[in-house]
Amino acid sequence: MNSVILATVSRLLTGLLLVFSVFLLLRGHNLPGGGFSGGLVAASAFVLFAFASGFPAARSMLFFTPHVIIGLGLVVAIVAGLAGNVAGLPFLTGLWDKTPLPVIGKLGTPLLFDVGVYFAVLGVTTLIVFSLGEDAGEED
Amino acid sequence: MNAVTLAILTPLVTAVFCLFTLRSPRLQRFFGVAGMVVLLAVALRLMAEVGGGTIEVVRFGNWPAPFGIVLVADLLAGIMVLVSAITGLAVAVYSVADVDARRVRFGYYAFLHFMMFGVCGAFLTGDIFNLFVWFEVMLISSFVLMSLGGEKPQMEGAVKYVTLNLISSSFFLAACGILYGQTGTLNMADLALTAREMRPELLTMTAMLFLVAFGLKAAIFPLFFWLPASYHTPPVAVSAIFAGLLTKVGVYALIRVFTLIFTEDLLLTHGLLLGLAGLTMVTGVLGAMVQFDFRRLLSFHIISQIGYMVLGLALFTPLAIAGTVFYLFHHIVVKANLFLISGVTARYGGSFDLKKLGGFYAATPLLALLFFIPAMSLGGIPPLSGFFAKFAVVKAGLAGDTMFGGWATVLAVIALAVGLLTLFSMTKIWAEVFWKPAPEGHAPHPGHVPPGERFLLLAPVAALAALTLAIGFFPQFFFDFAARSAEQLLQPEIYIHAVLGRTN
Repeated sequence: MNSVILATVSRLLTGLLLVFSVFLLLRGHNLPGGGFSGGLVAASAFVLFAFASGFPAARSMLFFTPHVIIGLGLVVAIVAGLAGNVAGLPFLTGLWDKTPLPVIGKLGTPLLFDVGVYFAVLGVTTLIVFSLGEDAGEED
Repeated sequence: MNAVTLAILTPLVTAVFCLFTLRSPRLQRFFGVAGMVVLLAVALRLMAEVGGGTIEVVRFGNWPAPFGIVLVADLLAGIMVLVSAITGLAVAVYSVADVDARRVRFGYYAFLHFMMFGVCGAFLTGDIFNLFVWFEVMLISSFVLMSLGGEKPQMEGAVKYVTLNLISSSFFLAACGILYGQTGTLNMADLALTAREMRPELLTMTAMLFLVAFGLKAAIFPLFFWLPASYHTPPVAVSAIFAGLLTKVGVYALIRVFTLIFTEDLLLTHGLLLGLAGLTMVTGVLGAMVQFDFRRLLSFHIISQIGYMVLGLALFTPLAIAGTVFYLFHHIVVKANLFLISGVTARYGGSFDLKKLGGFYAATPLLALLFFIPAMSLGGIPPLSGFFAKFAVVKAGLAGDTMFGGWATVLAVIALAVGLLTLFSMTKIWAEVFWKPAPEGHAPHPGHVPPGERFLLLAPVAALAALTLAIGFFPQFFFDFAARSAEQLLQPEIYIHAVLGRTN
């Protein structure tokens, strides 16, 4: 798609959407948001960028292939779950740091798990959209 | 870490390894097979832990039942995980020679392990909604496996498969919703207690919704038609693991809910199961008689064999349930093996059409022997595993201590007749593929497959055949496990007490 307006706006919006996605991720424990919606918003940032500047550019901005991002997300989520086992408690038991940090709030393994979900969702969504978009592009 | 958690984590971690190495088929094959070896070791450890009759409960996130999600490994779950791991390993080794590099690059092994993740989860979960989630994990990955490669018949089969399974999922979800609305709990042990206080007609209706949902997955009459329409389309390794495991997860879920939760109006629910079991056996075996495609024929036999398992569940005596459990593990091994063999004959003879195959006995007597064992076992010839499975179910039907009186005898006679027709079908394959001379221009050429690949194709077939022989020669050892798991299933208090710590 060749549109000066879209290209200009997307440069601004992509960054904003990514920041917003991290905001959603961090507030998600007790408020609406979390890894899933954060991941979706982050994926929409990359999709918007892909529409404005083409899929190859979006792929290179993503740096890793979507498959690897899914894998990384799963690894982070599994590690967050295993932290419970390391502490001698069942898998997925939430461990919390007692002292809250400014802005972020309390840190704990559920947040780490959410980070994993964030990347898994980001990977899956970009994988689907990129595959569909590139297939459609080939037929033109 | 306990074996229950490991049984779920191992396939997931393996799938992640495969995702990281998508570009290298060699590494993926290594991880794919190694992951199954580890899963088998874990399953053996799980079996060692629950084999004595203890029920192992893991509270995920350390939330107490019934509020959090629990994983429960009783003897039945342990047996199922172990048989799944054995079949999974056989198929993973077979896949090295059978699944092409293109499919592996698209993530064949990753999705195979994601599917195992769903299968193990479904066997081990103690929460009905969580079971729904595991079914979805299994469905999504099996859909990918079925359509991977994108050939036209594959897509046709995959669309039918996924559409009907989604219908089943929506029934399942609706049933979960009704149960939750009525009882306020999703924990299966807690449901077993609270469902008794539901209005009986509402409980029966929910039971029917579950019957439709799991019946579709298990391919019982009249919800089976997606199975023969789709199982012959993907690569053989995929067909084999689907044929071995997926419908049996449906049967497992039926056993679970109809021994634990819906045991109030036995004459209605189990009577219906009894009728459906008879119809499933008969339609399956009759459907198979007219088939001349190797894999379609075997697909119809899955249906008729599911009928036997449901029959055992419906009769609801200790012997009958033990027969069902024995049938489950005998059938998974045998059916997966027959599908693997259909792949070998297709590689040698270039076709799945029985009419175009022939002369295999002369060309490869070893393969003929390897086919003979599971085929005769499926037909129920002593002393192979299928004989003891059928024997237990039929004997339970004739014993006269069921709640169905004369009907149980009728069903037992039908089961015997269906067994005879199964034998007829297996003889048909034997006569067409192995005995008759090869048709013009369709002579089998084992030599066209490189020796290394031939070994990878035949080793899993031989291992599964050896297991069939072992079950047949030492039936007491295996039947003992089945009998003890039936004992556990018919005394839900044990399960409930293990999960909740109380039984009222």
